[in-house]
Amino acid sequence: MTLAPAAVATSGLTKQFGSQMAVDGIDLDVPLGSVYGFLGPNGSGKTTTIRMLLGLVQASAGEIQVLGSDMPAHVSTVLPRVGSLVEGPAFHPYLSGRANLVRLDAADRFADPRTSRARTDAALERVGLMAAAGKKYRAYSLGMRQRLAIAAALLMPRELLVLDEPTNGLDPQGTREVRTLIASLASEGTTVLVSSHLLSEVEQVCSHLGVMRQGRLVAQGTLDDVRGGARPVAEVLTTDVERAASVLRDLGLADIAVTPNGVRATPSDIDPARIVAALVHAEVAVRGFSIQAPSLEDLFVSLTGEGFDVSG
Amino acid sequence: MSAANASLRLLGSEMHLIVGRRRNQAGILVLAAVPILIAVALKYSSPGHGRGTGFIASATSNGIFVALSALTIELALFLPLAVAVLSGDAIAGEANTGTLRYLLTVPVQRTRLLVIKYISLVIGALIGVVVVTVAGIIAGGIFFGLGPVTLLSGDQITLVAALGRVALAVLYITACLAGLAAIGLFVSTLTEQPIAAMITVTIISTAMWILDGISQLDWIHPWLPVHYWPSFADLFRNPMFFDSMRQGLLVTLGYIAVFATLAWARFAQKDITS
Repeated sequence: MTLAPAAVATSGLTKQFGSQMAVDGIDLDVPLGSVYGFLGPNGSGKTTTIRMLLGLVQASAGEIQVLGSDMPAHVSTVLPRVGSLVEGPAFHPYLSGRANLVRLDAADRFADPRTSRARTDAALERVGLMAAAGKKYRAYSLGMRQRLAIAAALLMPRELLVLDEPTNGLDPQGTREVRTLIASLASEGTTVLVSSHLLSEVEQVCSHLGVMRQGRLVAQGTLDDVRGGARPVAEVLTTDVERAASVLRDLGLADIAVTPNGVRATPSDIDPARIVAALVHAEVAVRGFSIQAPSLEDLFVSLTGEGFDVSG
Repeated sequence: MSAANASLRLLGSEMHLIVGRRRNQAGILVLAAVPILIAVALKYSSPGHGRGTGFIASATSNGIFVALSALTIELALFLPLAVAVLSGDAIAGEANTGTLRYLLTVPVQRTRLLVIKYISLVIGALIGVVVVTVAGIIAGGIFFGLGPVTLLSGDQITLVAALGRVALAVLYITACLAGLAAIGLFVSTLTEQPIAAMITVTIISTAMWILDGISQLDWIHPWLPVHYWPSFADLFRNPMFFDSMRQGLLVTLGYIAVFATLAWARFAQKDITS
């Protein structure tokens, strides 16, 4: 645990729906000023956790502190400082984008109606939705809806942004804009908790990481901390697959696997130079050799298990 | 900004949502069409036909009775249906579109949201009643003229005094519908399907009318709010007769207290998973 003040801290946070453990005793630690990537497969409990942080769902057990105050006891003083996007955008379909923002602004006790217009315009501008502000929400594409939801989170100055899958449905251009937006918000000092399954996004923008699996937090810390737990991979590009595999096995490499272009294995602490020398010595036709730090995606799969099945 | 101003702003936003919605605007037209239909039917039906009793019988003598006839008729289905539709939207509708979670994370405190939703339902009911009344007075005035009013008891009062009594009737009927709105608000916290809430509330009000119509069940009648709804007719006797309306308001108040509490108990602790 860090001693830096936390924007979000939970201890033993648990949510049970009937007999199902949706969230199972997690200790989140989102440091102030961090960009915290909240990862996990569908159904791993990310959204339920986020709903508990925001007071939408009551925890079965455990404690939550957001921006230093207990939740949900202090919902009305904490949430005005928190902007959120929970499980996708949701607006009134027959109102325009701008009218929807004005509606949310009207619901905010702390929002000054005299600056409403200026703030909604600024939020729309920031997410690049100004041109479509007058269009009915029902006519919006998924990407535009997502942008509007982010705009809603930015209506007031926020100390913490909780963004659940903010790039869902956005085109590559939009995804990059959201990434830039998160970076610029973070540089202004806003703490950002962003859940995503787009790992490359998280890797590029986050300083901290938490990984959920079946309701449990299986890894948490700075990006380097978490990544340090995973071992690099050696890849041999060759057509001489069988001989290469046997050389690697003799050297004591683990997890040997055949890839379309050659062989892959975990070298642990075996010197790469020794591996190459052994391969050449065994007259394996080596066309390429590399040691790769594991991508976040590999790490994610190793932590959460492979496969398309949602965790139940 | 003061808490009161902030709540007024949210209430304004609620009313904007209700009145701005096409479906509700169409509903207002339907409510207004009934008195017009009554006036046209009375105008062009042959005098040989029985004119019915009560307000309808007097309608051709004074336009004001077209409004009162329309209120009596629409109390059976159309006005309760309007309240049912609006209650379906109130919480269930917001849950259905997902906007409820965003309102609550703004944050709007849950009790405050319920109170404002309830007030907006009552204002919505008032708008419905006023629309029926005004459309009735206009249509009745055009077809049958307006003037000094001969009451059901036979006395005559000035048009201005009669309009004052019509205003009282509007308030009484709105208060009656406020009781139904409390039931509607509670039902709306039970589901995420606005249509389900709407149908449930319509069934409840219709079932109450049916029970009220079965004389063998007269022991239950004093506990049915709808039993007192037509009592606004007592305003058009001389002197005005308040006993039944007073009883009606008391029963309505009881329903409001019970169902508002139930709605609060349900909603304040509810997990919002929509």
